[in-house]
Amino acid sequence: MTEVRYTKEHEWVRIDGTTATVGITDFAQGALGDIVFVEVPSAGKDLKAGGEAAVVESVKAASEVYAPLSGKVLEGNAALPDAPETVNKDPQGAGWFFKMQLSNPGELSALMDETAYKAYVAELG
Amino acid sequence: MDDHSTEPLKSTPLEALHVARGGKMVGFAGYNMPVNYPLGVLREHLHTRNAAGLFDVSHMGQAELTGAHVALAMETLIPGDIVGLAAGHIRYSVLTNADGGIIDDLMITKVSDDKLYLVVNAACKDRDFAHIASRLAGRATLTRHDDLALLALQGPKAAQVMARLVPAAANMSFMTSLVDRIGDVPTRLSRSGYTGEDGWEISIPNHAVVEIAEKLLGQPEVQPIGLGARDSLRLEAGLCLYGSDIDTATTPIEGSLAWVIGKRRREEGGFPGADKILDQLKNGAPRRRVGIKPLGRAPARAHTEVQSAEGKRIGEITSGGFGPSYNGPVAMGYVETAYAKPGTPLHLIVRGQAQPAEVCTLPFTPHRYFKP
Repeated sequence: MTEVRYTKEHEWVRIDGTTATVGITDFAQGALGDIVFVEVPSAGKDLKAGGEAAVVESVKAASEVYAPLSGKVLEGNAALPDAPETVNKDPQGAGWFFKMQLSNPGELSALMDETAYKAYVAELG
Repeated sequence: MDDHSTEPLKSTPLEALHVARGGKMVGFAGYNMPVNYPLGVLREHLHTRNAAGLFDVSHMGQAELTGAHVALAMETLIPGDIVGLAAGHIRYSVLTNADGGIIDDLMITKVSDDKLYLVVNAACKDRDFAHIASRLAGRATLTRHDDLALLALQGPKAAQVMARLVPAAANMSFMTSLVDRIGDVPTRLSRSGYTGEDGWEISIPNHAVVEIAEKLLGQPEVQPIGLGARDSLRLEAGLCLYGSDIDTATTPIEGSLAWVIGKRRREEGGFPGADKILDQLKNGAPRRRVGIKPLGRAPARAHTEVQSAEGKRIGEITSGGFGPSYNGPVAMGYVETAYAKPGTPLHLIVRGQAQPAEVCTLPFTPHRYFKP
């Protein structure tokens, strides 16, 4: 059973037991514009919820991708550095950034579900 | 490029057109301007290099300077040769201060022996015009043209578009200027721009600029282009952004703009900061603006620290990002002169990590100006 949660920084997290897949939302890719560079974390890297985990750059600017939850990186999406435009085309599918093993699943309660995230985005205009 | 002033943003006469065409509006130099349209920065950039892009640059400052010996008067403020400039021709120059620093860069058109037409940067225009008017008081009269808007049509297909609207425009050479009508509207057409491509900057009365912009956008080759692509286009073309790549703390020699100093002016001097600038021209400057090519994929943005291959801090990136036509990261910045030779290995400190780079010649994409 999987569920998807969202952060205020426009990351999505697909939870599957104690592992999670992380990416940026369609809203985020739209706001960034054409993505030209992605840096994903290596397997084994320890992440702290709210800490910097990955980098995404559009023609306009560089942005950080934050770890939505604490844990250890299982895998970075090796396809993204060579095809960063995948994040624009399929942000919540093939454009995932990294997978992680959660160390504190209790942190999940701080994230938004889809309804709450949609309301949050609507408020941003 | 957002600015954080609390002053309300000013509008150009094309603001409603930008919004109607889906422009994403941001504050820039005090104006509410489109950073991109729905096409997006990347495709807007590529469209300009492949076809033609239309830019609203009405925020820039336009003025006329008149006086019996106006060229000679203007030469007291800039290192360029304006006396020797033929009527109908344009020269890029810089206003310098007594320390040899650059107050602004500008375009100067010789309309006639007693009249020049000036275009200066939006963020500097009030200061520039006050400076010119006060320094030349009694010798020349400056008239601001806040009644004029400015469009730029840029790209390899700009010529076929202009030929359709103004037949005489097609024969103009790069850096010449012509007064002609588009339909019934009086315009000044300058074959110049800020993209490295062929094209025109078109000065138009405010009340007619929407009509002309719509006419240009109605041509099949033309798309509206925002400030985002304007910046990536000029960076690939190796052109300076005032306030980032050159400012009052950089001299024309440090800024690799020695070519703006006219031959006669090198001998005669007579412009602000001439002692320092001519000394640097002869003996070298401590640092130079150079092209910088990151060797990996990561763009290095403005203010990135530049180190030598041995890890010594030698300068800073002043403009950097991704070049859509170059299809890789591109940058320019200042390095100590000993490291300014093309091919010199550098390290760029991006997010705390040293990334390999090298000094390269500018531009990143060849200029394609029209010089028959």
